Amino acid sequence: MTKAPNAEFEADCIRRILAGEHQLFHELIRPCERAIYFLLISILHNEADAEDAAQETAIKVFRNLQLFRGDSQFKTWVLSIARNEGLGRLRKTDRLREDSLDALTGEDSGDFTPAVLTSWREIPADALEKKELAGLLREAIEGLPDIYRNAVLLRDIEEMDVNETATALGITEGSVKVRLHRARALLQRKLAHKLKAFAPKRGLFGRGK
Amino acid sequence: MRIDCEHVWDHISAYIDGDVDAALRADINKHLETCEICSAVLDSTRNVVVLIADGRVFELPTGFSDRLHKRLEPVLQPNGK
Repeated sequence: MTKAPNAEFEADCIRRILAGEHQLFHELIRPCERAIYFLLISILHNEADAEDAAQETAIKVFRNLQLFRGDSQFKTWVLSIARNEGLGRLRKTDRLREDSLDALTGEDSGDFTPAVLTSWREIPADALEKKELAGLLREAIEGLPDIYRNAVLLRDIEEMDVNETATALGITEGSVKVRLHRARALLQRKLAHKLKAFAPKRGLFGRGK
Repeated sequence: MRIDCEHVWDHISAYIDGDVDAALRADINKHLETCEICSAVLDSTRNVVVLIADGRVFELPTGFSDRLHKRLEPVLQPNGK
């Protein structure tokens, strides 16, 4: 398995924390904060719950640090703890409908054909300066079924690899790929026509006022 | 091999990730040369993937990190529980 570029820093940190330098834990957990929060909000659908669960996750990571074996990346291990925390809370409030139902609902339901376009002009990242565009993207991702949203969140937003995503979500690499494919197809279908409005206006094809 | 649009759509995500074998990649490339619909579908999908990866799309709530580390503080004390 490829090691994260900061694997050495992490291993050193962990050793020292376990030896008593507890304050170092702040630095160890910091790079994982974003992923923890977004995975939890994807599971819990509520900012306050996700934040509280993220804090609980960090505490559990600290208390169980001696259990980390280094056979996955640290972040992956942390995210599987976050996921368990999130699913545990859903179970408590009887809102569990995600992973445990996978087997029943099957993954074949839904229409994943793309929005058909005949031309596409790239939307530059600069366009994200417009709050409206970021809002559209967020809304589309939030509207995805949970199992697809989690896959796209870890793969495309947190940029984890297939193997790490599979480990964090407790599913096979094949499932990660299928879910990611469907998530992207659903996003393309939902967004393509709306995003066209953000394409740069220029030249012959421009539609300037 | 000549492949149709639906076949291309089935593999778009893997194609974007460089996760298709050489033969299939060649078939898809050939199809893309003459199919403006699949080209636009591919470009738009790839663009969506790039855009959502931008940190500005999903931002942490203000103060999230401060509150997290504050909550950790007592836990990290030598006798913390």
